[in-house]
Amino acid sequence: MSALAELLSHPAIWRGNALGGVAAPSMPTGFPALDVELPGGGWPAAALTEILPEHEGIGELRILGPALASLSAHGRWLAWIAPPYLPYAPALQAAGIDLARLLLVKTRSPRETLWAIEQALRSNACGAVLAWPEKIAWPELRRLQLATEGSQALAVLFRPPRAAGEASPAALRLALDTCEGDLAVRILKRRGAVLDRPIRLHPATVVHRRRPGSHHAVDCALFPALPARIVPAGIGAL
Amino acid sequence: MRGILPGTSLATACALAPALNHRPRDPAAEAAALGQVAAWAMQFTPAVSPQPPRGLLLEVEGSLRLLGGIGKILDAIKRGAADMGFTLSVACAPTASAAWLLARGGAERVFAGQRAIREAISPLPVRVLDCDTQALETLSAIGVRSLGDLLSLPRDGTARRFGQHVLDPLDRALGLLPEARVFFAAPPRFEAALELSAGVTSAEVLLFPAKRLLTQLAGYLAARCAGIQRFRLVLGHEDVPDTALEIGLATPSRDAGRLTILVRERLAATTLAAPVTRMRLAADEILTLAGESGTLFPDRTNDAGDWARLVERLSARLGQEAVHGLAPRAEHRPERAWQATAPGAGGGQAVCSPRPLWLLERPRPLDEVDSKPHTRDGPLALLAGPERIESGWWDGALAARDYFIARANDGALVWIFRARLPLASALDGSGWFLQGRFA
Repeated sequence: MSALAELLSHPAIWRGNALGGVAAPSMPTGFPALDVELPGGGWPAAALTEILPEHEGIGELRILGPALASLSAHGRWLAWIAPPYLPYAPALQAAGIDLARLLLVKTRSPRETLWAIEQALRSNACGAVLAWPEKIAWPELRRLQLATEGSQALAVLFRPPRAAGEASPAALRLALDTCEGDLAVRILKRRGAVLDRPIRLHPATVVHRRRPGSHHAVDCALFPALPARIVPAGIGAL
Repeated sequence: MRGILPGTSLATACALAPALNHRPRDPAAEAAALGQVAAWAMQFTPAVSPQPPRGLLLEVEGSLRLLGGIGKILDAIKRGAADMGFTLSVACAPTASAAWLLARGGAERVFAGQRAIREAISPLPVRVLDCDTQALETLSAIGVRSLGDLLSLPRDGTARRFGQHVLDPLDRALGLLPEARVFFAAPPRFEAALELSAGVTSAEVLLFPAKRLLTQLAGYLAARCAGIQRFRLVLGHEDVPDTALEIGLATPSRDAGRLTILVRERLAATTLAAPVTRMRLAADEILTLAGESGTLFPDRTNDAGDWARLVERLSARLGQEAVHGLAPRAEHRPERAWQATAPGAGGGQAVCSPRPLWLLERPRPLDEVDSKPHTRDGPLALLAGPERIESGWWDGALAARDYFIARANDGALVWIFRARLPLASALDGSGWFLQGRFA
């Protein structure tokens, strides 16, 4: 029996109901509920991750916030390639991201975007590469996946929700949606068994505001603690 | 080829080879090229002495140990000259004149020791001496073909008949006469130019001549223990104004390979207005740069170096303004509360109020139904606010706004504002606007 257990613990053997092993160390996401479902317990390094938000601005950056803050605090560079809007400096800083480690790259065509992503991955200089490719097909994804394997970077592609139906060589694919004010994370693909239920993350779990006398060293106010719902009485009359 | 020899007249040469492509000799260009090669050669020794019109003498004894022996130095010189597009005849001898005579004779020899000089130069033809044609003819008529023959003639008779100037170079070569040479001083700024034989229309082809110039630049910088952070490549056209490419580096460098990669990216992103007929490379700011130490156990990631190279490559291809960092600015109006900085120069003080991660560069007007803001998908539910921002009356971009955090129908959190009516002079006009997303 012990021989069997020993055999089954061999890294080359993967059982269908278990999470896959990872070669490179993963980066904790900052959400324990999400970490337990990811192989390696976090965002995979040296592998491509795809995030497919159902709508724009539902929390696709917030979910990466703790990882980005921790990478930049360790002096790793963060490259943002072809973001759809302007990443807002005061908010990034409030989220704990060191702006001195941020690189913003604007491109003029999808080809330039892919070129810039590949350069950033191959350069071995970045801790995280976040990219918003306009359109990307299997051969290009495959090329990026290979470029990622040589680096230690966290490589995240943001893609539209319709890409969920397409095949992709990415190691991890997450679809994001909202559910009663929470963020519902559906794992479309991971190295391991299929997960059929979505993981619900409360935006509140992201907020670790530093209270006086608290021992929390990290202040991840990515999503600001909202005051109680206030709608001033005079708003309609303004 | 086809019987065309040095001294053949142009008419004869054209008759022998009708397809001959000839051009007049340009002594100024030759002198400039010699100066460029001399500047490049200073990486091997500080004692470089040009021998116009086409010779260069290097005193390398002091550099032998540093550069790993004469074999390595000769290899580096030959490789560099080939990269710059020059053909070379090299020789090495204990005296400068002997090396010069050997190189002119086309004999690639390396030897040391005074006694061997006589033996080495004896087989060389007398034409390697810089004397007039009449003297050469006379020497040939009396059966003197090699320097050995000349050396075996009685000295006083030779001096009387041909003049001391025939014997002096030989004496200097043999080390019997002292030799005073003028050493080359590198110019304070680098500039090199190249004429292209035919107009080049393809940016990729331009990389080859560019590489020649970059090799010269790298040698020039190595000699001065210097680096550059910015240089200019000017592509000359026949009829239209020249194309000037300004190329910047994230950190000072003198690595020809690194500079070549940047030029390649830049050329790939450049559309040529007309065929390129000449090319000029200039670097004005020469910065001191210490050499890099080798490591015994190579580091897998040289983060800072990799980073600088990445930023350079991206900005060479996409443009300087497409690659930048971010910093907050002390300003109340959200659209002005940030600024682009040089990559890696961001940072500063954070604000405390909640701010969205995405900012729209221009606020987007929203519909208003029953005094409530609406998007295309439906009404927005106000969650928090208002935060009143009223600023900028002094610079003509007055903002008088009440900001709210709202939830859209799809669950996304947005940052919207209502431009306040009493101040209709404000730039925004009135009504609701979407300015950010809490992504």
